[in-house]
Amino acid sequence: MSDWRDDIFAVFQDHDIRQVYHVPDAGHSRLIEACQTSNSIRTLALTTEEEGIAIAAGAWLGGQRSALLMQSSGVGNTINLMGLTKTLRFPFLTLITMRGEYGEFNSWQYPMGQGTPKVLEAMGVLLYPVDTASEVKATVDAAARAAFNGGQAVAVLLRQKLIGIKDFGKKKA
Amino acid sequence: MSATLQRRPLVKQILAGADDNLLVIAGLGSPNWDITNAGDRPLNMPLWGAMGAPVGMGLGLAIAQPTKRVLVITGDGDMLMSLGSLATVAAQQPDNLAICVLDNEKFGETGNQATHTSPRNNGPTDSGAGADLAMIAKGCGIADSAMVRDQAAVASLVKDLRSKKGPVFRLVKVMVEKLEFVMPPQDGAHLKDRFRQALLGSA
Repeated sequence: MSDWRDDIFAVFQDHDIRQVYHVPDAGHSRLIEACQTSNSIRTLALTTEEEGIAIAAGAWLGGQRSALLMQSSGVGNTINLMGLTKTLRFPFLTLITMRGEYGEFNSWQYPMGQGTPKVLEAMGVLLYPVDTASEVKATVDAAARAAFNGGQAVAVLLRQKLIGIKDFGKKKA
Repeated sequence: MSATLQRRPLVKQILAGADDNLLVIAGLGSPNWDITNAGDRPLNMPLWGAMGAPVGMGLGLAIAQPTKRVLVITGDGDMLMSLGSLATVAAQQPDNLAICVLDNEKFGETGNQATHTSPRNNGPTDSGAGADLAMIAKGCGIADSAMVRDQAAVASLVKDLRSKKGPVFRLVKVMVEKLEFVMPPQDGAHLKDRFRQALLGSA
């Protein structure tokens, strides 16, 4: 079975996603690197996650599909501009690596991690949670269909159970 | 040194003869009314909200449409809310993107309170930080950044915004004026759809 991060990249290509936005993120790092080395995808590093909503709106105005990769701690930064997906009624896809839930060791991650589904729902974003590697591909594919065919704002929540409860292999200071 | 340039005739000059190759995004408030005063057109995307979004929108659009000229016109208050987006633009170096900030040193829509581009020590209710957005843009990595405050420089300003290799950033000091609201359609989905229809032939 292929790695679920590679599965996501394949879905991006299937759906002709041409711009991918991100801030550095350990959970998404393998996918970000795949996008950076792709010929068909332009990868943009952001200073803050909310830039991704504005850039996605501009990409859609220009006829290109995009995806925003972020961590749950970045979701709060996007909430005001998330309203733009409703006001302009444009397709929007985001993939969120969840922190502050399943076995999280860092207490600072809990408030935004626990708040993430609620604030996204409050802004009318559809939630596609996934916590099993074998279901990632189908879930991201369904989310992309809901976004780009159904015209919705959709967030795939890559649950912490999927990503792993360890600190991503980093050494402790 | 108080500003002498007036935003409405200036924006009219910037947008004169706009054709299908010019895609315009305007920030909320005065820049929206300014571009609409110059003539509402489908390839204008005037924002009624989404403060801090215009530069990002311009970037996504410029990458998606590399053969078109993308011009972002916004104000100092809006620009101050998304300074990081200037570094995000610089990281991409889109050669078809120009950003024009009309800087009246005020939050015009809320009663002309000082922004951080206002001078320091300007009195108890009207002091800012003296922030120089052109210097900030340059510091973020947009090498072609400059400030314009004189009528004599307007002709080259227009030329730079319309055709010079991007990314181009121009800060234009403009007067504080009380001007009529000249409003485009408000419905965001309609503005988006008419833009895409004009550009892509489909909504």
